[in-house]
Formats: sequence, structure tokens, C-alpha cells
Amino acid sequence: MKKESIPVRVFRFYLEGFKEMTLGKTLWVIILIKLFIMFFVLKLFFFPSFLSKFDTKTEKQDYVSEELIHRAITP
Amino acid sequence: MIESIDTSLIDWSRAQFALTAIYHWLFVPLTLGLGVIQAIMETIYYRTGDDFWKKTAQFWMKIFGINFAIGVATGLILEFEFGTNWSNYSWFVGDIFGAPLAIEGVLAFFMEATFIAVMFFGWNKVSKGFHLASTWLTIVGATISALWILIANAWMQYPAGMQFNPDTVRNEMFDFWAVALSPVGINKFFHTVISSWIVGAMFVAGIASWYLIKKRETRFALSSIKIAAVFGLVASLLTLWTGDGSAYQVAQKQPMKLAAMEGLYEGQKGAGLVGIGMLNPSKESYNDKADPFIFKLEIPKLLSFLADRDVDAYVPGITNIIEGGYQLNDGTTALSAKEKIARGQLAIKALADYRQAKKNKDEAAADAYRAVLDENFGYFGYGYVKNPADLVPHVGLTFYAFHVMVILGGFFILLFLIAAWLSYKDKFEDKTWLHWVCLFSIPLAYLAGQLGWVVAEVGRQPWAIQDILPVSAAISKLNTSSVQLTFFIFLALFTILLVAEIGIMVKAIKKGPKVPEQ
Repeated sequence: MKKESIPVRVFRFYLEGFKEMTLGKTLWVIILIKLFIMFFVLKLFFFPSFLSKFDTKTEKQDYVSEELIHRAITP
Repeated sequence: MIESIDTSLIDWSRAQFALTAIYHWLFVPLTLGLGVIQAIMETIYYRTGDDFWKKTAQFWMKIFGINFAIGVATGLILEFEFGTNWSNYSWFVGDIFGAPLAIEGVLAFFMEATFIAVMFFGWNKVSKGFHLASTWLTIVGATISALWILIANAWMQYPAGMQFNPDTVRNEMFDFWAVALSPVGINKFFHTVISSWIVGAMFVAGIASWYLIKKRETRFALSSIKIAAVFGLVASLLTLWTGDGSAYQVAQKQPMKLAAMEGLYEGQKGAGLVGIGMLNPSKESYNDKADPFIFKLEIPKLLSFLADRDVDAYVPGITNIIEGGYQLNDGTTALSAKEKIARGQLAIKALADYRQAKKNKDEAAADAYRAVLDENFGYFGYGYVKNPADLVPHVGLTFYAFHVMVILGGFFILLFLIAAWLSYKDKFEDKTWLHWVCLFSIPLAYLAGQLGWVVAEVGRQPWAIQDILPVSAAISKLNTSSVQLTFFIFLALFTILLVAEIGIMVKAIKKGPKVPEQ
């Protein structure tokens, strides 16, 4: 019998592993729900990058420098 | 010009980060500790061929899997917060923070994701040797991931290997190895990882004790305890050693943190280490002359020895660090907080003048301002400090967190020593009181780890980056209400995850390993 190629064997290894899972299936459901909440709810709606409102790198560095300079305590 | 930042925004931003980190750290130490224990058990199976050890390792792997699955990616939320709540900080640190985190991401993905699959799916499908290697590589991968995170954290405690670029307003790494091999980072890595092994060992000993209390799975429980007790004892002793190394680094690099850990206000030669003590709540300021302690028991000269490897060395207290004037190890005289603040203000003004000169295309003036900035950059963060008293961290929290952690460390050494001794004398099974102690010590192991982080992070306040950037300058200008909202969202999300973890774990533990008694 012809031996299967490595990628096919790896694919089968994972496929059979996932099929044979018992508790693992519940855990995967939890992982997927968690990742969905993290990336499609929290990151998208609550945690946008604060500096992404600026288009260019120069605008970002200008903003941060202004913030750092203006928050200082002047003598 | 002073741009006012609402202190409640700072507090809520810090609280949110602390909440996320605390919850994240409920999952990580068990992964790091239990991972090693299950690998040791599988190694015994590999060497003896005894199916009992295979089933024992498989049971603890199941518990490891539950913890790993629930905890995985919870640390990513910290990175979300960097971009949203701590944008000035994120920009300012540039690639120094990004590089270790990127390496961590790649290693975490490729090592853990690859080998964890072999570990769970590979029984009877790959050779015993390859499976064992995968189990060890899973935990090695997780540990290396922790290494890069801890190096990034250590850089915040002791910034090294970077140069500030006023054009980009970023710190740029010029010496990767100074960042990666920072003595603070190396000590932090070993102390954090090895103390996590205690959590794994205490968890195994506690759960195994529960089986003994219930008079079931006796052989499995006693065998697990034998491994856990010896591993826990070794880990506890190594944690004591690495803790000493960490404290030495704190003494050298963050003397204010050390002074807060010890409630030391007035420096002295041959300073004693407080064994136990109660702080005086009526002491409200570093210079109010009130006695800092209601009572304390000191071990003479030990603090000087731990801080400087010399029983007669001078250890500065909080008041001395604020007022300066004492001699540093390099022979120079310590600056006062007021002098540091003045130099910080000079550095920030030089940054403003440099950028203005650049805009005006006045290169000569820009060079002159750059020189002033470079000369004073080590004190940059002090330019945001209004009052020298703001440089003092919360002494009560730092002091008690440190001392409870140390007391718990001593307790673990004693407990593991007794458990190991009785296990190897085959007398553990009938010591019901010890089973209960082991079971109820599981949360104490978690508590000790969390207290370690409280000492590390509360003790370095007000700094986001030691001496360079305080939290007040690091945070984004957001609405406090939006930070409050996300704080409670995280609280709910993490609590649900924790309840899910505990529920699934309890179910799996109650079901048991079903290992044959003989």
C-alpha cells in the first residue's frame, strides 16, 4: 500500500484528533466564543487603537509629543 | 502649560489593567507548574512502561487542558488595553515592547499549538519518545512565552538598551541583548516561573489529598503527591533563592520599592529585615515624623545584607530617597526628588524646544536642545511629578503584600517538606489533617503569586516606565466612563470564564482518573 504524504498524514492526525475529542469539544466551543467576544466585540467596539484616528505616522508622533509636553509640570 | 488629567481616569485605567492581569495570572501559573508535573509523570511512564503512570499523566493533562483552554488568549486583552488606554505609553516604548511580544506571539503559536496537539491527540499514534518530547516541548514553549512577556515587564522596571529619539518620540532599541539579558529580566523570569511551579505542585497535592479524604483513587493520589511534594519542595527552595536575587535587583534599581516593601522611612547602616510587623495607620506622609510601625520584629542586619551583600551597608529609606544627599554605590551623591523633578522639567522643555527648532529648520539650536534632552533623559518622567510625596508608592499595600508572600513561601517549604517526608515513609495516607491542609493551601499558592505581582507593580508606582514615564503621562485621554464600562465588561467576562473553568474542572476531578488500584 502506498504511504500517504506528510501533509496528508498531518491533516488526518488533526482530523482524527478533533473527531475523537470528548471534553475537548466543549472546551473548543468556549475558546471560539471567547475569541469571538474578544476580537469581534471587545476589540472592534470597545478597544480601537487610540492613535488610529490619525492617518500618518507623523500625525501620531506629533500628537504624542504634544501630549507629553503639555502634561508636564512647568516650573 | 499643564494639561489636567482626571485622577479618576488614571485610577480606573490602572484598575482595569490590574483586573485583567490578575485574572490572566489565575490561568498562567497552573499551566507552567502542572505542565512540568505531567511531563515528569509521562517521563516515568516512558522509562518504566507502567500503564499506571500513563493514565496518571493523562488525567493531569486533562486538567491542564481545561485550564489552558479557558486561559488561552486572556493575555491578549492586556495588549488591547495598551493600544486603547495606554496609547502614549505604547507609542513611547516603540519596538522595545513590540519585539519581545512579537517573539512571544510567534513562539506561543508555533511551539504550543504544534506540540500541544501531539500531546493530546498523539497517544498511540506517535511513538512514545516523540509523544514525551512533545509534552516537554509544550511546557518549554509556554515557559519561553512567559520569558518574553517578563522581559518586556522587566524593561519597564529597569529600562536598558534603548535610546530616545525626539523626532519619532519613541524609544529605540540599540542593544537587543541588554534588553533580553537584563539582570532584572533574568531574575524576574526565574522567580516568576519557578514560583508558578509551586502553584502546580500545590494544586496536584491538594486535589490528590481530596481523593484521599474521599478514600478513593488511593494509589493515584499517593503517587501524585510523591511527585508534587518533591517538585514543590525543590520549587519552593528555588523560589526563595530567586526571590533573594529579585530583591537584590530591586534594592539596586528601584530603592523606593524596597523601602516601601520594608516600611523603611529612615535609612540606616546595618538595617534589619522586618520579619513581621504592623504599620502605623496614622503615618500619612514621609516627613510627618510619626513612627511607621505599631510593632515590628526585625532580623538584625539582614536587609543590608540582602540589599547590598554587606551586613553593614547603608539602605536608604523613603525620606532619604526623597531628600537625597546620601552616597550611592558608585560614589556619587543621590539627587533629591526636587533636583530630579527640575531635571525632568528640563528634559521635557528640551524636547519641546528641539521639536520647535526642527520645525524652524534651525539645526544648530536643535542639536543644542538634543544635548540637553540626552543629558537629562534619565529623569524625564520626574517632569510630570507635582509633589515629591507622589513618588512614594502605597506603602501599606506593598509592605503587607511582600510580607504575606514571604510568609507563605516559608509555609510552602515546610508543607512540602512534611508531605515529601511522609510520602516517602508511606505515612501520608492516614494523616487526614495534612490532606485538609494541602487542599486548603491551593488558594494560598495562587494568593502568593498574585501578591508577588502586587509588590512588583504597586511598589513601582507612580511609574509606568521607571523614572522615564509616570502613569499620569502614559494614559490616553479617554472618558473615564468608557474605562469604567470596559472594566465591568471584563469583570463579567473573566468571572464567567473562571466559573466555567472551575465547573468543568470540578466535574473532571469528581469523575476521577479511574486508574486501577493495583
